[in-house]
Amino acid sequence: MHRKRLWNVLDYLLLSATAMLFIAPVLFMVAGSLKPDARVLSEMDSLRAVLPAEIDWQNYRDVFARIPFGRYLWNSALINGLIVGLGLIVNALAAYALARLSWRGRTVILAGVLALLIIPFEAIAVPLFYQLSALGWRNDYLVQVFPFVANPLAIYLFYSFFLGLPRELEEAARVDGAGILRAFFVIVIPNAKPVFATVAIVTFLLYWGMYLWPLLMTVDDGVRPLPLAIATFYTLPPVQWGDILAFGVMMVLPVLVIFIAFQPWFVRGVATTGIK
Amino acid sequence: MSRVTFTHISKRYADGTQAIVDLSLSVADGELLVLLGPSGCGKSTLLRMLAGLESPSGGEIRIDDMVVNDLDPQQRNIAMVFQNYALYPHMSVRQNLAFPLKMQRLRRRAIEERVRTVAERLSLLELLDKQPKALSGGQRQRVAMGRALVREPKVFLMDEPLSNLDAELRLQIRQDIARLQRDTGITTLYVTHDQVEAMTLGQRILVLKHGVVQQLGSAHELYARPANTFVAGFIGSPGMNIFETPVRRDERGYAVEIADRSLSLRDSGYTDEDLTPLVGKTVQAGVRPEALRLVTSNGEGVPGFVVTLSGVERLGHEVIVHFPAINRAGDSQAAHSVRLAYQDTLQIGDDVSLSLEVKDLYLFDPSGNALHRGDR
Repeated sequence: MHRKRLWNVLDYLLLSATAMLFIAPVLFMVAGSLKPDARVLSEMDSLRAVLPAEIDWQNYRDVFARIPFGRYLWNSALINGLIVGLGLIVNALAAYALARLSWRGRTVILAGVLALLIIPFEAIAVPLFYQLSALGWRNDYLVQVFPFVANPLAIYLFYSFFLGLPRELEEAARVDGAGILRAFFVIVIPNAKPVFATVAIVTFLLYWGMYLWPLLMTVDDGVRPLPLAIATFYTLPPVQWGDILAFGVMMVLPVLVIFIAFQPWFVRGVATTGIK
Repeated sequence: MSRVTFTHISKRYADGTQAIVDLSLSVADGELLVLLGPSGCGKSTLLRMLAGLESPSGGEIRIDDMVVNDLDPQQRNIAMVFQNYALYPHMSVRQNLAFPLKMQRLRRRAIEERVRTVAERLSLLELLDKQPKALSGGQRQRVAMGRALVREPKVFLMDEPLSNLDAELRLQIRQDIARLQRDTGITTLYVTHDQVEAMTLGQRILVLKHGVVQQLGSAHELYARPANTFVAGFIGSPGMNIFETPVRRDERGYAVEIADRSLSLRDSGYTDEDLTPLVGKTVQAGVRPEALRLVTSNGEGVPGFVVTLSGVERLGHEVIVHFPAINRAGDSQAAHSVRLAYQDTLQIGDDVSLSLEVKDLYLFDPSGNALHRGDR
C-alpha cells in the first residue's frame, strides 16, 4: 500500500515535469509579455521567467504604437477566413464527387490527390511564384488565398467521411425528389458537421502562421498578414523582447478562441473520420 | 396508377459481374409483384434500376408508356422503402414525412395536411416531433412507409423492408403492407429473400437466380408446378427433396430408383412420350417433405426405404425430421427432410422406414428443368 502510493507520487512528478517542459515556453511568452523589456532576458534563469512580479501592459501598448496591428490582424483574419470558407465548399464538393459519383478517371484523380499530400509547400513555392507572377497576381489578397483553397488534406478528410455515410440516405433523397446537389446540401452536409469542423480547424491552423508565401508575394503592409508583422520586430532596432512576446500572445489568442469554440465537434470529428 | 415494363434488361457491373441477364417482365397496374431469390441474385439491382439508382447496361424500362432509362430518380415519381429505412437522422418524423412533398414544392398547408393524413393512417401522430434515433425498429419502419406513401407515387418499391424486424413484428407489418397496398392500389415491387414473405404477399412472384428468371407465377403455381430444381428447392419450407436417379425400363414399364428401391412410374402421371427419351439417363426426382410418409411397424402403408434420422425439429404442431442426402452427388442440400404430424417418440439415430406415392413425384431432366405433366 505504502509502496504503491510512493510510485503514484513519482508518476505524477514525472508527468508534471514533462508537462512543464511543454508548457514553459507558452508561460514564458505570456509572462514575458507582461513585464518591462529589460527584465525579460535577465530573469530567464529564475522562476520569475514564468511568474512576473507585477503586471505591466506597456508591451501591448508598444505593439500598437510601433505597427498597425489591427490592420495585420484584419488581413490575417480575412485571408484565413476566405481560405477556410471557400475551402470548405470546394473541397467538400470535390471529395463528394470522388466518393459518390462515378466518372471516368476518378481513381486516377483520387490517387493524384493522395500523392499531393506528401509534397511540401516549400517545394512548389518558387514555381508557383513564377506562375502567379506571370498572371500579374502580386501584392494582393487574392494571391494569398487562391492557391490554398483546394487542399488535398481537406479533400482526403471529407472523402473518407463521406464514404462512411450510409449511401441510402442520399439515394432516399434522390428517390424522394432531390437532385444530386440538393441531396448534398440538404442531406449530406447536415450529417457531416464533425468533418466540416475538423477541416475548418485543420486548415485554419495550417495557414494562420504562413510566412514564406506572403513574404514572396507581397510588399505592402496593407495586405500583409500577422506573421510578417512579427518579423519587423526582429529587423527593426531596438529588438524588444517584451513587444515580440506581447505580439505572440495576441496572435495565438484568436486560434485558441476558435479551437475552443469548435472543440466538441472537432474531437468527435477526429474520432469518426476515417474509422467508419 | 401505372404499369411497369422491363424489356430485355441486362446489367453488368464495371467489375464484370453480370447482375441481370436479359430479363423481360411486365407488372400490371395495381399489382403487387414480389422479387424472390437468394442474396446476390439480382433482385435488388432490378429494383434499383427501376428507381434510377443504377442504369441498365441494355434494354428498356418503361413506366406506363414512358421510357425512363435516362430519367434521374427524382423525375420518375417512384417511392422506395430501404432495408435500413434511410430515415434522415437530422430531421424529425414530421420533417422526414414532409421531405418528398417539399421537393415537389407543395404549399405549406397542403404539406401539413398530407403529413397528417399519412401519420394518422400509420398511427404515427404521437411520434411526429421525435427524431429517428428515438424510435424503435417497428416505428422507424412505419415512418419509412409513411415517407413513401405521402407522395402518392406511381410505383412503390420495397427492398427487404422487414428484414431488420423481429419475427412477431414482421408478421404484423407484413399484413399492414398487404392491406395498404390493396387500399391504395399502387403498383408495387417488393424484394425479399424470404419465401414465406413472398408467398403471403405477392399476387405474382418472380424467382431469380444469378440474374436469370427461374419462374414467374402465383404462390400456388411455384409450389405445385416448379419450373426447375432451383425453384423446387427454394419454395416450401423445407424445400423439395431432390434425388438423383437413373430412369429404367423393363417389362413392367418405366421406373426410377430411390435409396436402392425401384419405384414404378406407371401411375405417376408422366406419359411414355415424356419418359422414353430419358431412359438410361440420370434425372432428378423430387418429393415434397410433406409427401413422404412414415411406414409404421404394423405394416401400414406402401413398403418404403429405410433411413437413419440425423435431425429432429419439434415445432409443436408438427415434426420435421432430417436424414442424410441419398442418391445425390455433391450438392448444397446436405440433408433431406420429412414433415410429419407431431409425435415425441422420434429421436436422432432412429432408423425409420419412409414411403411415398408415385403421384407425388416430380421429375426433372438432367439439366434440372421440370418435365411437364398434364395433370398438374
